Amino acid sequence: MQNLTTTVADYPDADAAPALQVPEADAGACFHCGTPLRGAVFVSGCKSFCCQGCLTVFELLTENGLGDFYRLGKAAGARARAAPKEEEFGYLDDPALRRRLVDFEDERWTRATFRVPSAHCIACVWLLENLFRLKPGIGYSRVNFPRKEVLIAFEHSRVKLSEVVRLLTALGYAPDFNLSDLEDRPRHPVSRRLWLQLGVAGFAFGNIMLLSISSYLGLDAFSGPGLKKLFGWTSLVLALPVLAYSASDYWRAAWLALRRRILTIEAPIAAGIAALAAWSAGQVLTGRGPGYFDTLAGLLFFLLCGKWFQQKTWERLAFDRDYKSFFPLSILRKNGRKEERIALSQLRAGDRLVIRNGELIPADARLVCGPAMIDYSFVTGESEPVEKAAGDLMYAGGRQIGGAIEVETAKEVSQSYLTSLWNQEIFARQNKPSLETLTNRYSRRFTKLVLAVAAGAALFWSWTDSSRALAAFVSVLIVACPCALALAAPFTLGAAQRILARRKVYLKNPSVLEVLARVDTVVFDKTGTLTGSGAGSVVFWGEPLGEEEQRRIRSLAEHSTHPHAVRIAQAIPGEPFSQPVRSFTETAGCGIEGIVAGREIWLGSAAWLESRKVTVPSPAARDGSRVHVAINGNYRGCYTLANALRPQAEEGIRRLSAHYGLALLSGDHEKERGRFEGLFGNSGPVHFNQSPLHKLQFIGQLQAPGRTVMMVGDGLNDAGALRQSDVGVAVVESIGAFSPASDVIMSAAMVPRLDEVLRFAKSSVRVVRLSFVISALYNVVGISIAARGLLSPVFCAILMPLSSVTVVACACGLTARLGRRLDLEPGRPEGRRP
Amino acid sequence: MIVIFLLIPLGIVTAAVFLMGFIWAVRSGQYDDTCTPSLRPLMDDKDPNEKANE
Repeated sequence: MQNLTTTVADYPDADAAPALQVPEADAGACFHCGTPLRGAVFVSGCKSFCCQGCLTVFELLTENGLGDFYRLGKAAGARARAAPKEEEFGYLDDPALRRRLVDFEDERWTRATFRVPSAHCIACVWLLENLFRLKPGIGYSRVNFPRKEVLIAFEHSRVKLSEVVRLLTALGYAPDFNLSDLEDRPRHPVSRRLWLQLGVAGFAFGNIMLLSISSYLGLDAFSGPGLKKLFGWTSLVLALPVLAYSASDYWRAAWLALRRRILTIEAPIAAGIAALAAWSAGQVLTGRGPGYFDTLAGLLFFLLCGKWFQQKTWERLAFDRDYKSFFPLSILRKNGRKEERIALSQLRAGDRLVIRNGELIPADARLVCGPAMIDYSFVTGESEPVEKAAGDLMYAGGRQIGGAIEVETAKEVSQSYLTSLWNQEIFARQNKPSLETLTNRYSRRFTKLVLAVAAGAALFWSWTDSSRALAAFVSVLIVACPCALALAAPFTLGAAQRILARRKVYLKNPSVLEVLARVDTVVFDKTGTLTGSGAGSVVFWGEPLGEEEQRRIRSLAEHSTHPHAVRIAQAIPGEPFSQPVRSFTETAGCGIEGIVAGREIWLGSAAWLESRKVTVPSPAARDGSRVHVAINGNYRGCYTLANALRPQAEEGIRRLSAHYGLALLSGDHEKERGRFEGLFGNSGPVHFNQSPLHKLQFIGQLQAPGRTVMMVGDGLNDAGALRQSDVGVAVVESIGAFSPASDVIMSAAMVPRLDEVLRFAKSSVRVVRLSFVISALYNVVGISIAARGLLSPVFCAILMPLSSVTVVACACGLTARLGRRLDLEPGRPEGRRP
Repeated sequence: MIVIFLLIPLGIVTAAVFLMGFIWAVRSGQYDDTCTPSLRPLMDDKDPNEKANE
């Protein structure tokens, strides 16, 4: 067993750590990463840093002539944690794991791609591409900034994979591996195929257009039938690759739709393309005219442009991570007296594991030794750690806070609580029935209508003038090709998705917007959603402490990373590390102690203080968590830490309550019921002590009478409720830090502006509808001409791109305007609203 | 006007050469990332051999 206490008695002695100094009054921000300086400040020359990690990176860069990094961007660095230990990434050199991570290998070079989510600016790109100057043996590195990936080639005889990863981590770009990465990695991005399709379609479109212009202008009269024939045949040949390659995705989608007997937007598009191709080919082969190959190539070119735009949006927002991402990749297994690092997949039930401070419990496990304080905020979203005694069962996903503990796994990873929660029926259902897209709904009606009109026209003409029947039938199919319809939704919703992403609201896919627009009930989770996990009032109860005493308590609390200690230290004004602390000890799960200016201060739980013969008065009923204080063995009072609402959350809820039904669900104890009942008032129920299953059922009950429910929560434990709801919104403090599978991931700062987000979604869906109307108008004009069998190639070539361009321009323009409005709102006084 | 029978195929062949070029560029991965290369000229540093000269 490792020692469960950490002694950092020599920590604040300035001469021990050369860079550690008491800062100036206006400490400002870290020169490397820009984090506001708080607590210990590390100084080198005239520059200050927030932590040893940042300082090390700075020194490393300047020593190696990479000082330019700081010229490219002010405080551009990613916050670096203290240098990783020698053996930390040793498991990556394991051949089995290594093979999965490495892209390519020959006798000399190894090439591997890493995801580095913390790369965020030009300076990061520059630094990552100059790695070769920091470590001999690294050949070159190339960054793909939009995908946040870096490709590194290194000589494996000189540098090991684990060393590369260690270097990246030391620089603050800790690579993000997770199990899903290791399981399958797409070798080539999908977009390569799309680029090629687009290129082929563009090539054909341009060339056929050049040939066709002469026929539009009637110039073929000059040169007789020979030229006309040449143009027809050339167009036909040029159009063949378009049909075979560029349109291949449409053929496949239409075939799939046909087999499943559902009508999607692809079906009428494919029908239109097929009709166009067959009719034109017939005209060319029989020598009657040049056909509509110009329209065909143009149509596909525009369709593919829309698809490309859609995919670009998609790629930028690809975040659909699964729960596996939240588990540590390798674990420390105890094998007799030895400790070894193993991959998660090798874990078996009954293994003894060592879980150190801050590490996650990978599978349900029983505590063997060491007092455990398990932070279940990944699972339940509640931030208060739970105390466990030896023999207690602990669930996967909990995070140990304090010293190292030893556990014995009860189940394998795949069987654990989280997985079973994930595998519940609700998660297995991939497609929610409500998610039928607007486009598909419209296109179904549209297809039926078009077929009816085409058949009607054919019937009518076979009655009166049978020579025109086939022409009319085909013409209707051609002109009714719903390309405008197909473009309207991707462009509008894609643009809307991007606008929201800029406000740190990330949608899983554009169709979520359609559901967002229908939402009528909003259910909130409390902790981490309405209340911030960091901020909140800290109040001292008891005999008021002197200023000097407060400063001592602050100095003591600063030595701990425990959330309560951090909050207390932040609440007490004064300079960081003003007083040296001797014999600092953190007893995991109990409290912290130390000698400050000759006085022994204990900060911790009531039970802990009582065990040291301090009489702790029985607590009065007060909100929040308590931390008791004793100085020199005398009880002095306690700090209560309220879970405060996020700024402006109250106004946000009030604004929402005007238009939506609300409810609050919390897994927390009833301590703060009064406050939230006051806030939610008569707009909705407030429920405490809710288990995940309760939450799930509650949402089911709301949905039963046909309401569209949006659940706003965080934590994996809310995942059940998030999935049950029509739109699940996960609130995170820092984007990318934690994202359970949900439809929307939203930055905590946007919670008060939820009503604006919903309004924006509504307006953008309205824009899509408007685009449908415009496209329908074009179709009415086109079809009314086509049904008479009078469709000319020129008319077709003008009408179809025109309709596409107007629809796209209208959709993009209107959405951009909506986005600007969303941008302006925070600056506006709130008085605008009733 | 007979020359047009030569010019049109010639034009198409020229365009096809460019199409081949495009296909080669996509295949070799030049279109995989259209964002980062635009950043690189901005950060061209003084001299990579600076350290060696010291």
